[in-house]
Amino acid sequence: MSIHHPAADPGWHAPAMKAKTLFEKVWEQHEVAPETADTPAVLYIDLHLIHEVTTPQAFAELRSRRLSVRRPDRTLATLDHSTPTDPAEVFGRVPIKVESAGRQVKEMEKNCREFGVELFGLGSDQRGIVHVIGPELGATQPGKTIVCGDSHTATHGAFGALAFGIGTTEVGHVLATQCLLQRRPKTLAIEVAGRLRDGVTAKDLILAIIGKIGVSGGTGQVIEYRGTAIDALSMDERMTVCNMSIEAGARAGMIAPDDTTFAYLKGRRFAPQGDAWDRAVERWRNLQTDSGARYDRVIELDASKLEPMITYGTNPGMVVPITATVPDHPNDAIHAKSLSYMGLHGGEPLLGKPVQVVFVGSCTNARLSDLEQAARVMRGRKVARGVRMLVVPGSQQIKREAEARGLAQVFTDAGAEWRESGCSMCIGMNGDVVAKGEYAVSTSNRNFEGRQGAGARTLLASPLTAAAAAVAGRISDPREFLRS
Amino acid sequence: MQPIRTFTSRTVVLPFTNIDTDQIIPARFLTSTAREGFGRHAFSDWRYDASGAPKPDFALNRPEAAGCEILVAGRNFGCGSSREHAPWALLDYGFRAVVSTEIADIFRSNSLKNGLLPIVVDEQTHAWLLQHPGVSLQIDLQASTLTLPDGTVVRFPIEAFARYCLLNGVDELGYLLQQGDAVTRYEQTHS
Repeated sequence: MSIHHPAADPGWHAPAMKAKTLFEKVWEQHEVAPETADTPAVLYIDLHLIHEVTTPQAFAELRSRRLSVRRPDRTLATLDHSTPTDPAEVFGRVPIKVESAGRQVKEMEKNCREFGVELFGLGSDQRGIVHVIGPELGATQPGKTIVCGDSHTATHGAFGALAFGIGTTEVGHVLATQCLLQRRPKTLAIEVAGRLRDGVTAKDLILAIIGKIGVSGGTGQVIEYRGTAIDALSMDERMTVCNMSIEAGARAGMIAPDDTTFAYLKGRRFAPQGDAWDRAVERWRNLQTDSGARYDRVIELDASKLEPMITYGTNPGMVVPITATVPDHPNDAIHAKSLSYMGLHGGEPLLGKPVQVVFVGSCTNARLSDLEQAARVMRGRKVARGVRMLVVPGSQQIKREAEARGLAQVFTDAGAEWRESGCSMCIGMNGDVVAKGEYAVSTSNRNFEGRQGAGARTLLASPLTAAAAAVAGRISDPREFLRS
Repeated sequence: MQPIRTFTSRTVVLPFTNIDTDQIIPARFLTSTAREGFGRHAFSDWRYDASGAPKPDFALNRPEAAGCEILVAGRNFGCGSSREHAPWALLDYGFRAVVSTEIADIFRSNSLKNGLLPIVVDEQTHAWLLQHPGVSLQIDLQASTLTLPDGTVVRFPIEAFARYCLLNGVDELGYLLQQGDAVTRYEQTHS
């Protein structure tokens, strides 16, 4: 018997493997059925994250159709959006003050119990913001498809996962079938050269990117962040960047996995163990975009030229370097409406503007390194008179870690409020709100009108800039606090 | 879901760009666990003053806005949060279509699943619609067209499968459930 070896055949050429992007690789590995002109692709979902606000109506739909959850083992549930951050409420010593939020918590507990989904509930020491605990528990992994009824699901793309936000009807689809119907988005590469300078953070980088491409610049596209500045980022920083992809309108944001990713994941609860770990890493290394792969669009940026950034308007694209003045567009009625809401005038400097509230928290900036950054500015200083500062860790694990490392003490010594984890003042559903007309420097992701409370005026910035505003009582350049 | 074919309605115009879902339905109303009842909170902070009284100068509060089923809005409508409460609120309020030059991805997807038509038109048509609030438009989903008062027919793009579902009053979950065997095969080969 002779074995015909194709490579020995002079007429045979190895088929040229099409060079693929990270996104294409993950997408194609999850097609249960590819898209056609008449039907979208059936895309398999590896991990479904759920929380109390966008699931009750989906569970009700399952109930009315007598359906079960197809893969409870691929469903990770927590309570974060409307939950209290006051320990007495969290641990049940007093009732939850926002009654409707309390009912939502009860409903989530009941749904998870009835459908067999493990819930990281109010008493759990692993509870936290859904986009913080997914990675923290090692459930977020390279090459996975991850969805959640929350637009900041893009966060998980920092691990080389394809992760995006969905609505409640789609939450129902995934619960029932573990699949989604999706049209294939386009790809956008954002190449970031250079290195961020001291005092300039991942938050400043993503704000600068949104400022450059605009709040709808990424619509219909999946962004891949690449380049030396991205390679140099820690996982916490990569999550901050990917988290705000949706603020540029993008479907998702991704970063190719590398040794930084693997070092972060190794040993975490849901990460592969032993031989399975080695095999996984080998597989994950192949997710890198192939050389010669094409993106639909490429944008370039130099990280070394960036300054600390701050928003001045009512969407995250209205952003400038902190040393700049408020842009003046006298003939633009929409710009004027935004500035009027913010109580700002074109041409006025932002530095020196008094603030009443500082919020350090959210799925964008409430990880341990974010708290370390804020503490770096706060250590030995006090929150200025007339300023309320709220520090809300992203998870209970981060809370404990920050307490063990003395960071919590830095905040409480300075006069800040130190809370239990949750979305808190980023979305203001739990009673943690900014009052009408007050200025809040926030490390969160949205400065929309009323986002942090009806009439609240939000200025988005990094944890360093937020901490600097807290101690100075006014918008300040954080670099001045890092010199001493 | 009721099948959608054609309908005719006057427009109400919100000329602002980047209207986000926090404006459409502020987060403080999202603690409800029902799908119904969000219409009275649609655009709440733009519609009502602090005492809860309607602001008379807001477009939706003007007498001529009553009964309008088509909302014409500035570019990038529905950006921000993935909350499906946004299309639920607009439908419950009485809207059946939103017209803009650009509609955010998640909002568009959520709208299609609930029978709110996200209609993207060219800049020129959009500019005319912004300048002529209250005109009557005919929308034909089968033909994917919008007809202006002067008879001009404007085509709009709409994803083929979503259109099929809307025309027939069926939802996507039924189709997904039919893929069960293929999903099982996928799960067996991709553990």
